Amino acid sequence: MSLHRIMALFMRHIYLYRRSLPRLMEIFYWPFLDLLLWGFISLYLVKYRENLPNFVAFLLGALILWDILFRSQQGISVSFLEDIWARNFLNIFASPLKPLEYVVSLMLVSSVKIIIAGTIMSLLAWLLYSFNIFLLGISLLPFILSLVILGWAIGIITTSLILRFGQQAEVLAWGLALLFQPFSAVFYPVSVLPPALQALARFIPASYVFEGMRGIIHTGSFPHHELIQSFGLDGAYIGVAFLFFCLVMKTVKKRGLLAKIGE
Amino acid sequence: MAEPIVEVTRLTKFFKALKAVDDVSFSLEPGEILGLLGPNGAGKTTIIHMLLGLTTPTSGSVKIFGLDLEKHRSEILQQANFSSNYVSMPYSLTVKESLKVFARLYHVRRKEEKIAELLRIFEMEEIKHKEVRHLSSGLLTRLNLVKALINSPKVLFLDEPTASLDPDIADKTRTLLRRIKKEQGISIIYTSHNMKEMEEISDRIIFLDKGRIIASGKPAEVVQSFRRRNLEEVFLQLARGEKA
Repeated sequence: MSLHRIMALFMRHIYLYRRSLPRLMEIFYWPFLDLLLWGFISLYLVKYRENLPNFVAFLLGALILWDILFRSQQGISVSFLEDIWARNFLNIFASPLKPLEYVVSLMLVSSVKIIIAGTIMSLLAWLLYSFNIFLLGISLLPFILSLVILGWAIGIITTSLILRFGQQAEVLAWGLALLFQPFSAVFYPVSVLPPALQALARFIPASYVFEGMRGIIHTGSFPHHELIQSFGLDGAYIGVAFLFFCLVMKTVKKRGLLAKIGE
Repeated sequence: MAEPIVEVTRLTKFFKALKAVDDVSFSLEPGEILGLLGPNGAGKTTIIHMLLGLTTPTSGSVKIFGLDLEKHRSEILQQANFSSNYVSMPYSLTVKESLKVFARLYHVRRKEEKIAELLRIFEMEEIKHKEVRHLSSGLLTRLNLVKALINSPKVLFLDEPTASLDPDIADKTRTLLRRIKKEQGISIIYTSHNMKEMEEISDRIIFLDKGRIIASGKPAEVVQSFRRRNLEEVFLQLARGEKA
């Protein structure tokens, strides 16, 4: 064992963290999100412990729906990273392809991933826990679509940030969607959140979806109001995401970053 | 006289305070191979990237096929293509799958026939089902060139296409390029650090240093004007700032 060699590699990683804000933030990011999420779940369990009907349905339903959002985002950002890792990015952008065509193709990839992941998750939940998500009815489908659109928007924003800041921002491909999780009331109602965070949740389409899902399980009635609000916000998110992507594309071309990221 | 394929006028590019390309003007004539030469950081790759619309010029204009690149990028790139030794192909796909992807990107009609024809020309038929990740650097360069010819382009931008190839494969690649140029009348803009290669393949060369054109003309004329024996000596003289 050589202390010099061990220290050499130790320093190699420390140098990396000293220069990279995204990597440095990563150290705080995950524990912070975990603490928030599990803290609110604990609060929910303590507050409503005597009135938790269909808790398994709530939890598994929420997990499957959250995974749909997560896959939707990953379908865009990880597919984009695949082209960077393969050093194929410049070949693609040196073709007649237009930036928006590129984004739409990633949305298609994402849709296929969601269908496969959603089917597998639903089947496993049914086989392992006798939970049939389809018993919630066809009314869940518009909510799923709303989550998919939000996932796309987050995926496009993640992709834009990686384009702009390069490989050091790659961690966002796995982390940005999770930032929305504690405030989307995935595993607990919005009412568990403190008032300031409840106000924040009102601007996240996913919070209406999960509230809507709980409404369907709890009362069996279709929450039209939540659906409209969720789609309204989705429209704004996807619009901003497309605009952001176009602006970033313009900037990276101006700064010559497209060529740098692609080689 | 036929209209130039590429017409670059007063092209300038700043990266913050650094002037990477400085007031460069040139044209590429039909069926011509134009070599861009210069030391590292001379601006060759930046020019190629601006010709492909991957980097936006600070000022100046680029016309390809008589069309303004900024306004007609997609239309122009439909008839152009690019290959660089520093860019790869999707490594998890097979050779044929990768080519099918690019055939679709360029809206190639009769894709199967075109791919088969190019694989035959580049002697790659036997490895068409091999994954790109398993190709040697020589084969990968050839695959990049096949990709670059998939849409039967009228103009090719080749950024150091033979770098990292052994002399035998590099020579075969040059022979193949000359043959394709002759048979298909393609115009080519070519960058390389290999002076012998540039002398051999280029109809005309442009010497760049610190983003500026410092010499241009037919390789033999440039060598003669510097009173040197070959381009290698001209390159060393210019790169080291020595007087003629």
